[in-house]
Amino acid sequence: MARLLKFNIFRYNPQDENSTPRMQEFVLEETVNMTLFIALNRLREEQDPSLIFDFCCRAGICGACAMVINGRPGLACQTKTADMDPDITLLPLPVYKLIGDLSVDTGAWFRAMYQKTESWVHTTKVFDPTQLEERMDNAVAEQIYELERCVECGCCVAACGTARMRDDFMGAAALNRVARFVVDPRDERTDKEYFEVIGTDEGIFGCMGLLACEDVCPKQLPLQNQLGFLRRKMGITALKQLFRK
Amino acid sequence: MQTFYSDLLVIGAGLSGERIAVQAAEAGFSVIVLSIVPARRSHSSAAQGGMQAALGNCAMGKGDCPDVHFADTVKGSDWGCDQEVARLFADTAPIEMRRLAHWGVPWNRVVPGKSHYFKGGEKFEKVEEADKEGLITARSFGGTAKWRTCYTSDGTGHAVMCTMDNRCAELGIDVRDRTEAIALIHDGSQCFGAVVRCLRTGELHTYLAKATAICTGGFGRIYKATTNAVICDGGGHAIAMDTGVAVLGNPEAIQFHPTGIVPTDILVTEGCRGDGGTLLDANKERFMHIYEPDKAELASRDVVSRWMTHHMRQGKGVHSPYGEHLYLDIRHLGDKHISTKLREVDDICKHFLGIDARTQLIPVRPTQHYTMAGVRTDKDGAAYGLKGLFSAGEAACWDMHGFNRLGGNSLAETVVAGGIIGKKVAEFLQGFEVSFSTALVRDAVTKQQARIDAFIKGTNGSENVYRVREALQDALMDGCFVFRNGPDLEACVKRLQEIYARSQKVGLKSNGLGANHELAAALKIQGQVKLGMCIAVAALARTESRGSHAREDYPERNDRDWLKRTLAVWPEGADMPVLSYEHPSRVWEIPPGDRGYGGGTIIPAEKLPGKDD
Ligand SMILES: Cc1cc2nc3c(=O)[nH]c(=O)nc-3n(C[C@H](O)[C@H](O)[C@H](O)COP(=O)(O)OP(=O)(O)OC[C@H]3O[C@@H](n4cnc5c(N)ncnc54)[C@H](O)[C@@H]3O)c2cc1C
Ligand code: SF4
Ligand code: SF4
Ligand code: FES
Repeated sequence: MARLLKFNIFRYNPQDENSTPRMQEFVLEETVNMTLFIALNRLREEQDPSLIFDFCCRAGICGACAMVINGRPGLACQTKTADMDPDITLLPLPVYKLIGDLSVDTGAWFRAMYQKTESWVHTTKVFDPTQLEERMDNAVAEQIYELERCVECGCCVAACGTARMRDDFMGAAALNRVARFVVDPRDERTDKEYFEVIGTDEGIFGCMGLLACEDVCPKQLPLQNQLGFLRRKMGITALKQLFRK
Repeated sequence: MQTFYSDLLVIGAGLSGERIAVQAAEAGFSVIVLSIVPARRSHSSAAQGGMQAALGNCAMGKGDCPDVHFADTVKGSDWGCDQEVARLFADTAPIEMRRLAHWGVPWNRVVPGKSHYFKGGEKFEKVEEADKEGLITARSFGGTAKWRTCYTSDGTGHAVMCTMDNRCAELGIDVRDRTEAIALIHDGSQCFGAVVRCLRTGELHTYLAKATAICTGGFGRIYKATTNAVICDGGGHAIAMDTGVAVLGNPEAIQFHPTGIVPTDILVTEGCRGDGGTLLDANKERFMHIYEPDKAELASRDVVSRWMTHHMRQGKGVHSPYGEHLYLDIRHLGDKHISTKLREVDDICKHFLGIDARTQLIPVRPTQHYTMAGVRTDKDGAAYGLKGLFSAGEAACWDMHGFNRLGGNSLAETVVAGGIIGKKVAEFLQGFEVSFSTALVRDAVTKQQARIDAFIKGTNGSENVYRVREALQDALMDGCFVFRNGPDLEACVKRLQEIYARSQKVGLKSNGLGANHELAAALKIQGQVKLGMCIAVAALARTESRGSHAREDYPERNDRDWLKRTLAVWPEGADMPVLSYEHPSRVWEIPPGDRGYGGGTIIPAEKLPGKDD
């Protein structure tokens, strides 16, 4: 006999005057290899078409489906029901603006982050289509890619105590983004310029180093290392600035 | 009603859409880009394998050049492509890869010295040259003469998408996620923008522009088994077809990928086979070398998908609760290779199958993967039928892929075509002015609002949109999958006619308020059934086998009668599409010949079409 799964799902549609925040219960029979992607879509298609949640790639690649699953932020599409108790509680990610039910606005948050961190290679060089590409050590390329793997799911920010207390804290994803450009030899920004972006309590000095972020990152990004690396680098930059004064 | 103006409106923020946006913005034009999801979640980010460009830096790519890439592309297309476009593509691809490197893509680079690689399960040695150290390297992909696929580990699409979106942020391009175009605004000869539903609030907005580009990706989701993301649902094609004048090119040209995992159909990359992974049957024996002695597992996708289907029909498939499948074996590639070069594959096996690819076999079967079919454009990316409308990327039929696109060629197409077409769009915009008719805009919006009201009130009926969609998906799996034949296609067309009638009677169960997904599904269901119908009707008409279009009752490639491209339009108010045909190419650098894989006989052409007129 297949298990009966009981889902407790947060419901609230801000665009519907008759809607109030509440928890709603659904029951579904489990099938082999069921993921929360399969389960939630079945609930929407068979039981309640007003359910709002986001999926895109359904393969753990795009970061669209982050939610709080039994108290822990994670990607719903790569969560197998077989690994869980039959009692499953689903909440939207905190910190981000609620769109409806389990869907939150990570898109707006991350677009603002690109501007704050100036998330692009800063270079004075101009592309010359007639020339060979500039050479790069393969190990450096792999190091950049390692940090580029962030899928902007928002889990790290949702799990971060600092980000939940103060909404101006940049969060691990933004700090990791800066680290990605720090290790990229194509980016000509100096430590001093990076310091202006992250050398504050909203940035690296606001981080309490408790590492909830790395724990929940579905891509297992080395956030602890990167935060430590930036803290040291920015600490030195801060000292240098003191002495110059 | 909010109205937004821009010189260029790009519908779709995947690689092709953002590449066009960048090109037009660099030329000084104002651009708005729409997307259902935040740009980086676009399906481009799911491409793991890589992008083809003839840089010829790595040892196994030595001697490569655009001519060889061009030849591979034409052969891959089974001579269905436009050779002028394929040439433009092959020549531009290397420059575009270097440009991406300049913008920030962390391409893997050549590491000099000896290293090993696998082919067909055997180990070989190669030596990378010292003077190529640090240049962009490449890996092997199916259907190519040289190693030509540039990559960043196994997250190429993701890495390039990040860089392209960073470039958009740098240029201050207005990229708006959670906005979905639900209709084009046009007067039957010119396009003026789109009616757009905000997926945060559910409100309708008007976007007016001098030029509009459809870059909405593929439409795999009208099939039940597909590797595509849930948003690759044909919404962009539906709004183009709805104009009654825009044209769908080669609707019957749909690609199936040999290695979707069972049961979720998530793709494991061709890179697995490129790197030496093999296919095994129920007896855990290799079989591809029996059918394709030379290329074996590395023959082009359509060929591998067909032999897999054939082999399963011979009783060699593995039985499972989800139907028959075969196995992909990458165990011999070893821990280091799997945990670095194929990390995403490793993750997929762990997360979705609960298996370890180092010690266990991966259950796979052919699955819908790519739509060569698309909005037909000329070589400048201008859509047939409507002035001011452009299209690029998987959404378009530009047509460099013909009846089969090679692995690594479509991700490359997004950026190459995006750059070329972006330039053409900028030329089009130069000095071009339009006047928007307020009546035309009002009518377009009123019509969409009326549709929404009817869905919510159930004015046309109470058909469940999800049931109708399922019926469509089942019909296509039965009639228009890897193998096709006359009787099944006729039955499919009949079923689709009934499904089309049902799609006109859809009504919502929910209230449709805010970010409601049922309404989003309802708004596109009729267009999706139209797309399905175009595939079935065109596949039934084409009495030959070419590339991915395999007719069991017409196994030969018939160059005498079918060296042509299908064009489908759905006139306003009609219940069926109207088909016509055009020459696939006017330039024949490489006259039709044997692909060198896939077997099959060819009925030769008496004269090359389009050559003398
Ligand atoms: C799993 C997988 C792996 C692949 N691997 C490779 C590979 O290794 N190499 C290769 O060459 N190719 C690969 N491909 C193919 C390739 O990834 C795609 O063809 C290509 O990325 C398509 O890019 P695009 O820009 O055309 O569309 P997409 O990246 O799909 O973007 C479409 C955009 O349109 C938006 N959109 C859609 N409808 C609307 C609407 N109505 N209104 C507003 N916005 C809309 C979406 O939000 C999205 O932003 C792969 C495909 C799949 C499915
Ligand atoms: S280590 Fe820093 S960024 Fe991570 S959760 Fe703690 S405070 Fe937040
Ligand atoms: S760092 Fe990890 S948890 Fe944070 S957004 Fe990126 S992928 Fe998600
Ligand atoms: S849907 Fe893409 S990560 Fe879950």
